[in-house]
Amino acid sequence: MPDIVATSSALGTPAERREGPDKVTGTARYAAEHHPEGRAYAWPVPATVARGTLTDIDDKHTRAVPGVVTVLTHLNAPRLAESDDATLAVLQNSRVPHRGWYVALVVADTLEAAREGAEALRLTYAEEPHEVTLRGDSPDAYVPEDSDGTSGEHVRGEPDTVHASAPVHIDATYRVPPLHNHPMEPHAATAEWQDGRLVVHDSSQGATKVRDVLAELFDLPGDRVTVTSEHVGGGFGAKGTPRPHVVLAAMAARVTARPVTLVLPRGDLPAVVGHRSPTVQRLRLAADPDGILLSVIHEVTSHTSRIKEFVETAAAATRVMYASPHSRTTHRVLPLDVPSPSWMRAPGEAPGMYALESAMDELAVALGIDPIELRLRNDTGTEPDSSRPFSSRNLAACLREGARRFGWAGRDPRPRARTEGPTLIGTGVAAATYPANVSPSRASVHAAADGIFTVRVNATDIGTGARTVLAQIAADTLGVPVERVRIDIGSSDLPDAPLAGGSSGTASWGWAVHEASTQLAARLAELEGDSLPAEGVEAVADTEGTADADSAYARHAFGAHFAEVGVDTVTGEIRVRRLLGVYAVGRVLNPRTARSQFIGGMTMGLGMALTEGSTLDPAFGDFVERDLAAYHVPVQADIPAVEAHWIDEDDPHLNPMGSKGIGEIGIVGTAAAIGNAVHHATGARLRELPLTPDRVLGCL
Amino acid sequence: MKPFQYLRARTVEEATTLYADHPGARYLGGGTNLVDLMKQGVETPGTLVDVSRLPLGEVRELPDGSVRIGAMVRNSDLAAHPLVRERYPVLSQALLAGASGQLRNAATTGGNLLQRTRCPYFQDLSKPCNKRAPGSGCGAREGVHRDHAILGHSSQCIATHPSDMAVALAALDAQVELHGRQGERTVAADAFHRLPGDRPDQDTEIAPGELVTGVLLPPAPAGLPSAYRKARDRASYAFALASAAVVLSVEDARIRYVRIAFGGVAHRPWRARRAEEALLGGAADDAAFSRALRAELAAAEPLRDNAFKVPLVRNLAHDVLTRLAAAAPRH
Repeated sequence: MPDIVATSSALGTPAERREGPDKVTGTARYAAEHHPEGRAYAWPVPATVARGTLTDIDDKHTRAVPGVVTVLTHLNAPRLAESDDATLAVLQNSRVPHRGWYVALVVADTLEAAREGAEALRLTYAEEPHEVTLRGDSPDAYVPEDSDGTSGEHVRGEPDTVHASAPVHIDATYRVPPLHNHPMEPHAATAEWQDGRLVVHDSSQGATKVRDVLAELFDLPGDRVTVTSEHVGGGFGAKGTPRPHVVLAAMAARVTARPVTLVLPRGDLPAVVGHRSPTVQRLRLAADPDGILLSVIHEVTSHTSRIKEFVETAAAATRVMYASPHSRTTHRVLPLDVPSPSWMRAPGEAPGMYALESAMDELAVALGIDPIELRLRNDTGTEPDSSRPFSSRNLAACLREGARRFGWAGRDPRPRARTEGPTLIGTGVAAATYPANVSPSRASVHAAADGIFTVRVNATDIGTGARTVLAQIAADTLGVPVERVRIDIGSSDLPDAPLAGGSSGTASWGWAVHEASTQLAARLAELEGDSLPAEGVEAVADTEGTADADSAYARHAFGAHFAEVGVDTVTGEIRVRRLLGVYAVGRVLNPRTARSQFIGGMTMGLGMALTEGSTLDPAFGDFVERDLAAYHVPVQADIPAVEAHWIDEDDPHLNPMGSKGIGEIGIVGTAAAIGNAVHHATGARLRELPLTPDRVLGCL
Repeated sequence: MKPFQYLRARTVEEATTLYADHPGARYLGGGTNLVDLMKQGVETPGTLVDVSRLPLGEVRELPDGSVRIGAMVRNSDLAAHPLVRERYPVLSQALLAGASGQLRNAATTGGNLLQRTRCPYFQDLSKPCNKRAPGSGCGAREGVHRDHAILGHSSQCIATHPSDMAVALAALDAQVELHGRQGERTVAADAFHRLPGDRPDQDTEIAPGELVTGVLLPPAPAGLPSAYRKARDRASYAFALASAAVVLSVEDARIRYVRIAFGGVAHRPWRARRAEEALLGGAADDAAFSRALRAELAAAEPLRDNAFKVPLVRNLAHDVLTRLAAAAPRH
């Protein structure tokens, strides 16, 4: 595998985001900010029953609203072809699989008229009894098929027998509530049909996939659909695949023969764009008196909807983390009358490592062993479940470096040992991991006669700096200054590329860009000083078969999180005082944008630990906390000193850049580090998130 | 959202006349709550009478030592005003504990008093709510109600009043000044908000068409030690799980003056009169505070999921009392 050329100068430098000035001056255009001539606006209508059938639609008041163009329901909406994703089959029949499911769409000349028309629609339902409460012991939960090694059930050895006879045990159940992605930009699309072509601006993490799915649903050849996602205001997984809004916008545009914009109302997002399923997780650890793990049993129950199986693979990381001769990791899914869950930043790892790393802390306390030392004793060079060697694993280095920077040495392990007036102070640690994913991608690089190089790849910049790092990769591979590299991304008319997700964007797109740049550099060298032809020279690459080739190695990023909390004994309020992460993620390609990703993930982990969570109302079947006043994302005042560091890691078994993904590992383990610090501060082990005063006060 | 007419009033008299002439009108101040409710369809006024430019934007000291706050004084300006900061710190602290910087810049004194509950069932047209739609029922009582009332609720309604400022005003014995077509009147801040009873749709004692023109802070508590403390789910921009506003004067180790009000626990700011009576004239010590607050909270009727509010509000009030007492001069 070729290394980056020795003249490397752009990679590893803190280049500023290329589109930054456009964003802060408001000139960057998002999906709803495209204004095609004659544009109409759509407003969706959610179902108000949790289960049932739509039996009557009275739209006369809606149609009487001045400016209303049409009302789409299952009775008149275009028929869609079958798709793998049942959440996209909107307005196809009268069934209501959950409260909040879209049952109608009002299209009007103005946003206001569309909204007024939607409110005037009178719908009648035949309501059926529903169930939305997740119970870990429900007999209706089943073990899902394990398609990719992260799901289902894995068993090694005889974990139950060993657990029963081991000298030291932990048996604890942890609960994580439903969590919501809530990107700053809500899901939005502007769709238009031009002479049988569908052209869509969509807020998506991957326009190639959106193009393919729209072509399938509307029965079009792929080359008759163009999807652009030029700027995207966050997604955190909720825009990883097409969501109903883009299908509805395309339908409305077809019916009205006008461009149509649909922006989902913030309060609708929890029900229609996916959420992190709540989990009930039972952890059983057994160890010898030295803290060597003998058996690890991690059982996860999560919910899914009636129309789609989604598994929150919370036990997957347990298959990676610690050496243990006996292990069982089990996922169970309970179908309920709930909205369909989906990806949210580090799906599986975030809740799973909360449970595992909390249990490890409980084990450390039970044994009287320092929690860092306990993790070091159970470190391993081979992945426990697969027996493959790790391509690199620097968990120990992260723990040690974090301990040094955080000032862990000399920590009094006794709970309630440190106080400041009525505030109990505690510190905690937890490990982090996330797989170094990569997918095949295509890319092209063109050298123009004027000395400008243009990279073309349908990558998506969801606010992370994808344009910037791809330019750095191309510049170094070509051996030219980064200023001479243009980046074209965010359109399905560009070479096909996978989504910005699974912390794999840079690795996947960058590999193809690196390969195309390498080829181009070779062809330019063949010119031996002759001038370029007028049309320039182009090289194209496709990493199919290369990027997705089986590896002899288990490839994962690792990290360590440290937290210091203050617990107010008057109120039960917990405030984080310090948060520190150290990561081993291969080569860090851009320290500025990498740091932003790390501390963004840590902030989201802080929210998971202390402030975020929603409630399914048993009687009505919906999420109660649906806006940003009620669903408490951390605010600036909640984020104290937050530091992200990384260690040098040279891993030759990754991609040509030597990088691992960094978008998700910051959230993994952060909640456990905070929860462990709360235990250290208070002596109370709270096993249900978030740690709000109602849960904390009674334990002090 | 329903189309509406927008009118701007230049004088208080014109405002009340416009209101009377347009059935279904609402006064518009900073709009930080009303406009949201209109978008949600909870409020559907036919006419908005904009009162934000009325000449009610001043904080002024009156000859008797009281301070008049114009109804259009913005929350951020009021919190920063030297007269308020020096003489009524509890009010400044309560204001700064509320909302966010952006919202405080827009929100008015009058509007703050008249804001509606943030009960999620009240804000959701697809759910029953006796406050929004009398007789439709209460979705919260058996539903999600961690944030709801523990004191003074009724079978009809368990909502809380969300204002921080109003809690401080109740503890300061402030007066709310109203102007209606029948003339002017004042209502004690402490009696301005109602308990829900069987009319939860009525948040306050205000009569239809009456306009809040100002708030009067009396001279009695001026300069006395006072403080506000609030517990919440995150460090800023969250409503109170519970809060306590206290004014306390201790002389010769005896409590000479005390006012206590709780927030986030009832349909209105909750004046802890039983606790005040128990404390007045007695010692300012731990045991007295505990006894008094226990007596007050004997009336608490927590719901299935909000019993934590009883110790929470007790702790908050106890903490503020203790801190104020500790700061009192020793003789």
